[in-house]
Amino acid sequence: MIVLHTEALAKSFTLHLQGGVSIPVLRDVELTLRAGECVALAGPSGAGKSTLMRCLYGNYGADSGRILLRHEGAMIDIAAADARVMRAVRRDTLGYVSQFLRVIPRVPTLDIVAEPMRARGVAPDEARARAAALLTRLNMPPALHGLPPATFSGGEQQRVNLARGFAAGHPVLLLDEPTASLDAANAEVVIALIAEAKAAGCAIIGIFHDTAVRQRVADRLFQILPVYEPA
Amino acid sequence: MNAALTGYNFGYLDEATKRMIRRALLKAVCIPGHQVPFGAREMPLPYGWGTGGIQVTASVLGPDDVLKVIDQGADDTTNAVSIRRFFNRVAGVATTESTAEATIIQTRHRIPETPLSEGQILVYQVPMPEPLFRLEPRVAESTRLHAMAEYGLMQVKLYEDIARQGEVATSYNHPVMVNHRYLMSPSPIPAFDNPKMHMNAGLQLFGAGREKRIYAVPPYTDVRSLDFEDHPFKPVRAPHACAICGSEESYLDEVITDDQGGRMHVCSDTDYCASRPPV
Amino acid sequence: MNALLEAQGLHLRFGAVRALDDVALSIWPGEVVAIVGESGSGKSSLLRVLAGMQRADAGQVLYRDAAGATHSILDASDAALRRLMRSDWGFVHQNARDALRMEVSAGGNVGERLMAAGNRHYGNIREVAAHWLERVEMDPARIDETPKNFSGGMQQRLQIARTLVTSPRLVFMDEPTGGLDVSVQAKLLDLIRGLVADLGLAVLLVTHDIAAARLLAHRIMVMRHGQVVEEGLTDRVLDDPRHPYTQLLVSSVLAA
Repeated sequence: MIVLHTEALAKSFTLHLQGGVSIPVLRDVELTLRAGECVALAGPSGAGKSTLMRCLYGNYGADSGRILLRHEGAMIDIAAADARVMRAVRRDTLGYVSQFLRVIPRVPTLDIVAEPMRARGVAPDEARARAAALLTRLNMPPALHGLPPATFSGGEQQRVNLARGFAAGHPVLLLDEPTASLDAANAEVVIALIAEAKAAGCAIIGIFHDTAVRQRVADRLFQILPVYEPA
Repeated sequence: MNAALTGYNFGYLDEATKRMIRRALLKAVCIPGHQVPFGAREMPLPYGWGTGGIQVTASVLGPDDVLKVIDQGADDTTNAVSIRRFFNRVAGVATTESTAEATIIQTRHRIPETPLSEGQILVYQVPMPEPLFRLEPRVAESTRLHAMAEYGLMQVKLYEDIARQGEVATSYNHPVMVNHRYLMSPSPIPAFDNPKMHMNAGLQLFGAGREKRIYAVPPYTDVRSLDFEDHPFKPVRAPHACAICGSEESYLDEVITDDQGGRMHVCSDTDYCASRPPV
Repeated sequence: MNALLEAQGLHLRFGAVRALDDVALSIWPGEVVAIVGESGSGKSSLLRVLAGMQRADAGQVLYRDAAGATHSILDASDAALRRLMRSDWGFVHQNARDALRMEVSAGGNVGERLMAAGNRHYGNIREVAAHWLERVEMDPARIDETPKNFSGGMQQRLQIARTLVTSPRLVFMDEPTGGLDVSVQAKLLDLIRGLVADLGLAVLLVTHDIAAARLLAHRIMVMRHGQVVEEGLTDRVLDDPRHPYTQLLVSSVLAA
């Protein structure tokens, strides 16, 4: 079952403060993703892998083309969806683990991880219990669960981010360098989480810098090449 | 006694002024508790001595009326005596100290103990007609609050009293809701008198001369003192019997009798007290 | 589900200045919408028009109440607007002193809306007020103090408690953290974020503070010269700004 499909997706950045120069990043991206598979984005650095990821999440707006996503049983074009629909998509369908955690002041780690579950209507106690289990699995000791992650190390913050991303069980998951700041043991946990998600029917698009990890989790590669403006 | 002065119109005010005041009174009676502006005249006594009440009395007074005037319940204090004498001279009307015999009673800060009967008029002298005056300094905003019947602010004042003093601190001039609609100042009568306003058989008229406002409570109108469910309004009375008549129901004045702290409590309503057998 | 508040074709002029130039907006239950822009961009005028505090020259503002009835705000009577402001809406002013009664105790300030709504039980009012002081992280033991003794941040928190105590459906906030120290701002923003999420409030937030908008808002509208030049999901507008003015706005703040 196709859960995500892009058609003629294009994205450029127009820098009005730099004299209006336009930098094309994506052009004619045709990507198809099915339930239960993991597609790894591949391509040289700067080719636009992260940009594609952000376009899919609605964090960057596409210039043209369509991003069809299976949401509540129907394919909708999220490139044209309004902000309210996009919020519902992010709540119920589309999860995203970015490279860096955006820390919200004073909110304890456990609540940050539980929040996407709470937004989907999971009872507070159950959401916290599941959050605690995931954090513990990612080798975050319970002593840290009650603390806001602002002072955590990069690796710890990344694990909070991962727990938050995997917690809600979104049917489509976007993973941007999920193992970048992790040691081998924690990378293994992430690989296991990805395998379990796939087995549960979750479709994943990932950027994996570590080729060993990539080979173990990805079902296929999707090449992204830099866009060159014709001279 | 009936030594009416010549050269004055009956009741001192000219007929056009009386008509203007009567129109304001009619409107006030139609909208119980609502303050109606009127063109108060200069009267031959200072503001604060009853210029509003005296104009209302002059406007409703007829040659057959019997007038009683009380000040803090007493018929024999300076203010009461001079106003009574004033009307005796400018209108030639009969006067009385008996509540039951009077057709019009002008009062400063009390309601007589003897219940009013139908046909009697009680005229209050009012220093400040606006109950929201200390809470909302903007007159225009007060007017809007009345128009919208937004009286939460007054309740806040009562809340503050209880929070700071454990009880509602207004022992006089305790605000009332008239006919479930308008918040009204009862004038500085003791809170003890507030219940007498409720469903009173007499017509209650209020005149504020300096502030140029008239308002009214028609007979048999619902008048409720503001309170909280868990701090119900309590009319307070000194826990004593009158030293003269022994009444344990009437409102009492405390009278200091010497420099050694000697004191006695006597009825504030002199007519009521005198009508009872002495102890 | 329907929008709580919907505005279309709003125009407002102050002499030669176009404060609002064909502005449209809708806000849905539970949604936090930030209106950002520099001073004079028309964002405060928009807030005042939407809240019925200022008549627009043209346009329409519709509010849907809990019973599903629609109210045309620009045609509403004073009485109807005041009723809405008492029951359904809340307004948080930049300057707490504009909203608080400085001579009235903290408890009385919080309790006023309850009393205006008809609550006549002193003990109950006091209990709710104390609970709300705690919710805004104030010591309930200070319930009988007047706001004159409070710091700016505490006054602002008291204003928030006073506004939210009757669970309004829609809250207008005009620069709620303006004029406060940076450290106080952060704490207040966090408090607002928590309350808004817990209560599921719809909030229309006017601010020039991009970081505040990022933290609180689901959606953002960028205004300039009375026009909405860009709008969308908060992170989309701030991470991929497209309009030259938005790019300037975003580039002029430190990493938000």
